Amino acid sequence: MDFWLIQIFNGVSYGALLFLVASGLSLIFGVMRIVNLSHGSYFLLGGYVALSVIWTTGSWALAIPVAALVIAVVGLLVERVFLRPLGATPLRQVLLTVGFAFLFQQAALDIWGGDNLDIAPPEALTRSVTAGGLYFPLYRVFMIALAAAIGVSLWLIMERTRLGAAVRATVDDAQMAAGVGIDTSRISMLVFALGAFLAAVGGVIGGAFLGIYPGLDFEILPIAFAVVIIGGMGSLTGAAIGSVVVGLADNFGKALFPEISYFTLYAPMVLILAVKPTGLFGRG
Amino acid sequence: MLIVIGAAAALAIVVPQTNSFVVLLVTRALVFAILAMSLDILLGFTGLPSLGQAAYLGVGAYLTAILATEYQIGLGGSFWLVVVLGMLMGAATAAFFGLFAIRATGVYFLMITLALGQCVWGLAYRWNSLTGGDNGINIPRRPDFGFQLGSRDVTYFYVVFAFFVASLLVMHVLIRSPFGRSLEGIRERELRMRILGYNTWLHKYLAFVVAGGFGGLAGVLWAHANGHVSPEDVVLTTSVDALLMVVLGGSGTLVGGAIGAGIVILLREYLSTLIPWWQYVLGGVYVLTILYLPGGLMGIPAQLRRRSAPSGRPEEAKKLASAPH
Repeated sequence: MDFWLIQIFNGVSYGALLFLVASGLSLIFGVMRIVNLSHGSYFLLGGYVALSVIWTTGSWALAIPVAALVIAVVGLLVERVFLRPLGATPLRQVLLTVGFAFLFQQAALDIWGGDNLDIAPPEALTRSVTAGGLYFPLYRVFMIALAAAIGVSLWLIMERTRLGAAVRATVDDAQMAAGVGIDTSRISMLVFALGAFLAAVGGVIGGAFLGIYPGLDFEILPIAFAVVIIGGMGSLTGAAIGSVVVGLADNFGKALFPEISYFTLYAPMVLILAVKPTGLFGRG
Repeated sequence: MLIVIGAAAALAIVVPQTNSFVVLLVTRALVFAILAMSLDILLGFTGLPSLGQAAYLGVGAYLTAILATEYQIGLGGSFWLVVVLGMLMGAATAAFFGLFAIRATGVYFLMITLALGQCVWGLAYRWNSLTGGDNGINIPRRPDFGFQLGSRDVTYFYVVFAFFVASLLVMHVLIRSPFGRSLEGIRERELRMRILGYNTWLHKYLAFVVAGGFGGLAGVLWAHANGHVSPEDVVLTTSVDALLMVVLGGSGTLVGGAIGAGIVILLREYLSTLIPWWQYVLGGVYVLTILYLPGGLMGIPAQLRRRSAPSGRPEEAKKLASAPH
């Protein structure tokens, strides 16, 4: 019983991290129909920028917003300067994002080196809480709380504001949305920047237990895509459910069937794509 | 055509005269050229951008490595048998994957091939008892072919070169055949082909299987070119590399994939020994190609012609391209 509780807790907290990466990716996918292969880079760069902030100011709490904002600006520039002029050609967009992923990888290597670095969270978060005789690391509790807070704010923006309605309309039918006067180009820009922002937050948060190292970008990316596909692109609720499902599947897969653990993650992704390409909770 | 034959002949004559580093480099480039050309059948001729072509390379490579280490098959005359098995295995994997993937179009095809590629990677990475997990499998030695042309490396170069030329010829014949023409029809306008009575699903499926077969061949050759097989060969970035090779050289040209493979391997493996920041060059080449050379390197002559031609004809071409189908 304890084994199951601990595994569920670990799975859900990993899912919380995945939600940060995948919610933005899902919105980008939904609004722009872009397979953004540089999304993992924003995660990685977020972690690196946070490290620099911590090294210079010593403040972990400051590192999260600074890293997120810096990376959001990077994402915004990439979208405006390079992606937007390409127009709707899926393959060229994909390849362009890969080109940038390589450039970012090299830049990160030059600036921060090739070592496996760690982001140490503040002392207060390194303790454990006890509940029912089990120890739960406080940091993982914090991850779940943060992801939940961000998820709820995103949901409120999407469902309760005019901007959110415009985003949802663009996801459903970009052409119609543009037709009724929604500035879809601006929506794309905002969503892309928001996605980079969230991925960077994920990088800072995840850096404490995944570490920050070259290659992490392309490790987290396919997993985030699995979340997007299982949850359904362009759907926040889908991203939330997909994150928890993938988090749990990953944890239990590794614990119970280690030899096929990644297979158990991607095979459902294939099946869902084959049966219902827009994902379980996808719109349209 | 003549240029291609000339270039291939020059390669066969010049490369063996150089040092073993260059021989190995060109051997690897030729292996990736086969993979890139197999992908071009999908991307350039059928309009199916696959993000999982490395899966077939992986299947072929792991098959070769496992047969060589566990059963000592494929290190002598049985190498040719392994080549056939590798192609069959690649084709069979594609035949299975295609059942899921072919229905999807556009972005969804990208996603589902990515997922299928990740399935193969996951097995390679985690199924320790079969694949050696993260460490991969070392292949003890190159096969004995029963003939010797210069050193071992040069002999193997000739073998790979022969397979490259044969693959190029077979694929060329295939795309010039009525079947190949129907693929191009599907690329341009699938609905119209369906209305004309073509079973477009079947045609796309067959193209997928053929590409998988050549991917498997590339895998067998890759295993011996490297002497080592690992999950690195099957990662997403390898599939992405293959795509970039095709687009860099020019999709829908076959030879373009080979040129792209040559350039990427050269940049990656040669430039990296010269300058530490080689990846900027690679990333920059990708970004610039995609922004300014939509037709790839093979598309440059056409692009120049369009620029220098008087305004009449390109306008007409544009009108034709934008006409409703």
